[in-house]
Amino acid sequence: MWVARLVTKRLFYAAISLAILALTVMIFSRISGDPAMMLLGPDASPEDLTAMRSKLGLDQPFVMQYLYYIGNAVRGDFGQSIYYNESTLSLYLQRLPASLLLASVAFAWSVALGVGAGILSAVSRNRMLNGTVSLFALTGMAVPPFWVGLVLIMYLSVDKQWLPSSGSGTWQHLVMPALSLGWYFAASNMRLTRSAMLEVMDSDFVRLARLKGIPEWRVVLRHALPGALIPVITLSAINLVLMINAAVVIETVFAWPGVGRLLYDGISYRDMPLIQAVVLISGAMVVVVSLLLDFLYVLIDPRIRHAE
Amino acid sequence: MLNKWRASDIPALLAAAFLVIIILVALCAPLLAPYDPTFGNLTARLLPPAWMEGGRPDYLLGTDHLGRDELSRIMYGARISLAVGIGAVLFAGTLGTAVGIIAGYSRGLADQIIMRVVDAWMAMPSLIFAIFLAAMVGPSAGNVILILGLVYWTRFARLVRGEVLSLRERDFVKLAIVSGASSWRIMLRHMLPNVVNTVLVLGTLTLGVMIVTEASLSFLGVGVPSPEAAWGLMLAEGKAPMMGGKWWLTVFPGLGIMLTVLAASVLGDWLRVKLDPKGKRR
Repeated sequence: MWVARLVTKRLFYAAISLAILALTVMIFSRISGDPAMMLLGPDASPEDLTAMRSKLGLDQPFVMQYLYYIGNAVRGDFGQSIYYNESTLSLYLQRLPASLLLASVAFAWSVALGVGAGILSAVSRNRMLNGTVSLFALTGMAVPPFWVGLVLIMYLSVDKQWLPSSGSGTWQHLVMPALSLGWYFAASNMRLTRSAMLEVMDSDFVRLARLKGIPEWRVVLRHALPGALIPVITLSAINLVLMINAAVVIETVFAWPGVGRLLYDGISYRDMPLIQAVVLISGAMVVVVSLLLDFLYVLIDPRIRHAE
Repeated sequence: MLNKWRASDIPALLAAAFLVIIILVALCAPLLAPYDPTFGNLTARLLPPAWMEGGRPDYLLGTDHLGRDELSRIMYGARISLAVGIGAVLFAGTLGTAVGIIAGYSRGLADQIIMRVVDAWMAMPSLIFAIFLAAMVGPSAGNVILILGLVYWTRFARLVRGEVLSLRERDFVKLAIVSGASSWRIMLRHMLPNVVNTVLVLGTLTLGVMIVTEASLSFLGVGVPSPEAAWGLMLAEGKAPMMGGKWWLTVFPGLGIMLTVLAASVLGDWLRVKLDPKGKRR
């Protein structure tokens, strides 16, 4: 019974978030100017402008425009790109696979390294290891990801000429973008895993497990780790979505043909409908993934299940 | 809590010292910088740093593709990064704290509406949201402050609201309500002083994020416009020369960003532990 209530409540909240997102994007888009003027150019005749405004529904009251906008978005119509003269959704979907590929490789190495090193440094008393991990966690989160990319290009492409500096197609093209995109996330995973592990290792059930004489490696892997992983999973799932979207600068540096690069093109060509569509779709993706995560927790975490 | 210094305080001390130096350099840039950061000497283009072969002692960190002095541009870049970063933190912090206190204190419908807006805005990936706003309002340093404030106030609002919700249950607040203090008085005299520490910690930690986001926007050409000496913009303009081996145009601005952000985050972490009596070391 409460599951149904919980699901309805979360669904309702997610729907409200999406509606507010659409409203925000719409309001801020209007600040930048008249969409009809942007489509037709500055020397369009007043008659053409009026005709275009009524075609776009701009002569309707704001509430009606908003409802049309939402209605179209729900049907998958996020508007036409001015520069490409194509549906913005299909442009987004064309670019998504490249972004997904880049994000998943960056995601894989950053989780593997981050979680692994985080566990090791929480468990080990080796000062060298702990020092290195803390240093990487700190500096990794302080460098702008695109600077990591530039430094990699400088060293591996310009100096050593081992890897191509831009483009896509082979695995060599993927190495540097994936490294620079994952850098920050590896550091943040490391930091979070370490602190979550330290916290769990200090809890009563882990002490009890030790008292019972269970070997230390088993205490760490079977008793402590599952509890520590919950915040790490939350962060990772959101990170994956953020990576797809936040790769704008990395994709620009390496001319990687993904969603971020599409957004950059939108900015360069002042293609407002394209920019709006990318913003709205990426926000919607985060809302949907958080919703799915909430449901996942109800399934896996007994504390949430029994708290209700 | 602040009267006992330990070895673990040393990194924070160094970070604070570094930030003070950077702030001084930023403030005194017109006095310290050897050249006008936007003036290019076309006979001295792409000079390497002074200690390298072909470098000139009067251009300590070399020059860029227009013959502008890299050292002067780094100094003026600190000015932009810090002014934009601190301005944006103040804007986001003030707006977020005000909204958070009002939401947490009023509870009910106002709280519900505010928190739904906060949730929706936080769902947008921050860099994408910032790029969107920047593309709408056009590039300038002032606009970047506005944009970063609008993107990041939600973090402050959510944190402050949580604190205020628990403060509301405390005896001294209940007492103030019973004794007939006005809502404004309670929010300003009882809530605000008790959330200041939290806001200060988040503010210091957010400063680095602001500086990186500003650099990213400027790098993409929607932040601080050319010919100003923003670090992100310098990295963008230095990319083509870097492909020809002119490494100093990529290394120095990046180091500037990294060290400043690192100092802010070390200081922020230290403040969090020091100011929060329940704070756990992370």
